[in-house]
Amino acid sequence: MKQRFGRIKKIDEISLERWEMEVKRKKRWRLRKKAVGVTLKTMAAACFAVLFLLPILLTITNSFMSASEISSNYGQVFATNDSGGKVYIAETVNLKFIPDMVSFSQYITVLLKSPEYLFKFWNSVILVVPIVVFQLLVAAGASFGFTRYRGRMKEIIFFVYIILMLMPYQVTLVPNYLVSDWLHILDTNWAIWLPGIFSPFAVYLLTKYMRRIPISVMEAAQIDGAGEWQIFRHICMPLCKGAMCSIAILIFIDYWNMVEQPLILLADEQKHPLSVFLSKINAGEIGLAFAVATIYMVPPILVFLYGEDYLVEGITYQGGIKG
Amino acid sequence: MHFPKSRKGQRMPRFAAHPYVKENNLRSIERNTKITVPSPKRGRKSSSNKKKHRGRLISAGYLLPSAVGVLLFFVLPFLIVVYYSMIDNPISAQFVLFDNFVMVFQNAAFIQAAKNTFTFSVSAVPLAVVLSLFLAMMLESKIPFQSQFRTFFLSPMMVPIASVVLIWQVLFHFNGMMNELRSIFDLDKIDWLNSGYAQVVIVILFLWKNLGYNMILFMAALSSIPKDILEVAILESASPFQVFIHIKLRYISSTILFVTIMSLINSFKVFREIYLLKGDYPYDTMYMLQHFMNNTFSRLDYQKMSAAAIMMAIVMVIIIGILFLTENYFGKDVEG
Repeated sequence: MKQRFGRIKKIDEISLERWEMEVKRKKRWRLRKKAVGVTLKTMAAACFAVLFLLPILLTITNSFMSASEISSNYGQVFATNDSGGKVYIAETVNLKFIPDMVSFSQYITVLLKSPEYLFKFWNSVILVVPIVVFQLLVAAGASFGFTRYRGRMKEIIFFVYIILMLMPYQVTLVPNYLVSDWLHILDTNWAIWLPGIFSPFAVYLLTKYMRRIPISVMEAAQIDGAGEWQIFRHICMPLCKGAMCSIAILIFIDYWNMVEQPLILLADEQKHPLSVFLSKINAGEIGLAFAVATIYMVPPILVFLYGEDYLVEGITYQGGIKG
Repeated sequence: MHFPKSRKGQRMPRFAAHPYVKENNLRSIERNTKITVPSPKRGRKSSSNKKKHRGRLISAGYLLPSAVGVLLFFVLPFLIVVYYSMIDNPISAQFVLFDNFVMVFQNAAFIQAAKNTFTFSVSAVPLAVVLSLFLAMMLESKIPFQSQFRTFFLSPMMVPIASVVLIWQVLFHFNGMMNELRSIFDLDKIDWLNSGYAQVVIVILFLWKNLGYNMILFMAALSSIPKDILEVAILESASPFQVFIHIKLRYISSTILFVTIMSLINSFKVFREIYLLKGDYPYDTMYMLQHFMNNTFSRLDYQKMSAAAIMMAIVMVIIIGILFLTENYFGKDVEG
């Protein structure tokens, strides 16, 4: 008994020491492993970030090259672009991150000497801004209609909206073209504005948001004697401000980027937005192309920097179609 | 006081039969009589019905502008498109039913376009889902500069594709940067945009543009997984891999489905990128359905166009239907 007791004590002391060491080592090991994991993940994320940002940054830095530098670097890229064959494959294309000499000559040319680019930029603004504003206005009313007094009929209509929202352009462009032809608004800005304004996208998102407002809030207002307009104006709209912002951003990105609609609905190239016009810049003016592209990027990037959180929120609301 | 509660109809007589109430509590008897007398309540109900009816009308009025617009610009013309797809030409308007569809199916350009669109979607969509899930998981785990990384990953979504297409042309030119990279590893040059590799370029461009959007959806889904479940799993010494497979994937299954569908829809829109890269008639493997539609537009061949549009719409409706059915199924599974 006595002997055994002593032996156990001895082993205990030794094992305690060992155990402490072991724990320390494991702790260190775990910490190191964690640190390695975090650095690996950060590096991977950084690699992805570089890949994602590279095209944008290159466009911006290249816009500060002088015309001669660009044409000596990329001249043949855009020369072959026209003939489409492998004719001019003599030299290499030098992709440069930083221009040899920073010059603003491209911007000066675009902004002061050649008004057609600014004119096309203005076309883009003219096409996009009314769509964003009026689609939001129409959608605010419609989603209020969908939120108050839900019935079977409204659910069916809402379902039609969802299906229309999910349809790609291939499907909706043909109907749009037919109606524009029928209303004699083909080849005018109205052909782009009207389908854009009545697009079901904003209605869907805003309805989804508005239906999360507790009904009791609206009912309380009703009991206090508020009419439908007052409920709409003083309860729904203030509560939906954030959602309106995020939807406006989503619409803006979508239409600022549009290519298909003007191609089909606007035969007159004078009315084309800059996004379509950029692809048609010919080999003689590629020097300007980067500067124009950068100018075209500025409004969405500003919007993005200002409202990134709104954008994220808007995308999140899109998740889960059934809502 | 505690009275046995049961259904409304049974409550009254029991309540009344209680001796204590019968003798003392006049107030509750009063309440009882109120319940038994139906006339005033019914009257109030009808007036509120009227009010409700008026509210219904007003709310329908708010809906009206949008509904009229949608009807005029999307629904009615679609019916006209259905009509056009079934006649031989708009002047004689002979009813031919499915002849146009058969003609479109026999059109070599359409078959090529459909095939290209199909192969593109099949290769791009799974990549888009897996990579964006990977990015979302990466951002979910605690790494420094999280919000900055989110901004970077989202930025391609904001930038108009027309602006960056120039750089894309430089990168993938025959003598461009990608081929120089390949020559470092002693690989042959590839004419990216004018060969079978054209699809690869488009897939890369598609991923570049859409990963951020998908990633945000996944991040939202991942952050909505109940924390206690994850904690329990870790306490029960589940490995991170097990946690991922059995809990996270299970919980975001409906989001995976949604992202897949959205990517599929976006993959139909890839025409924009190709048009900006190569114009109306790109290399064969880049000729998408939208090219077919556009080029038919310029010839004003209404019948063919309508038939193609309707087939597209049917495919979309099937896809959306699958989305709804499976989401119903999965949603029940997780919440229940």
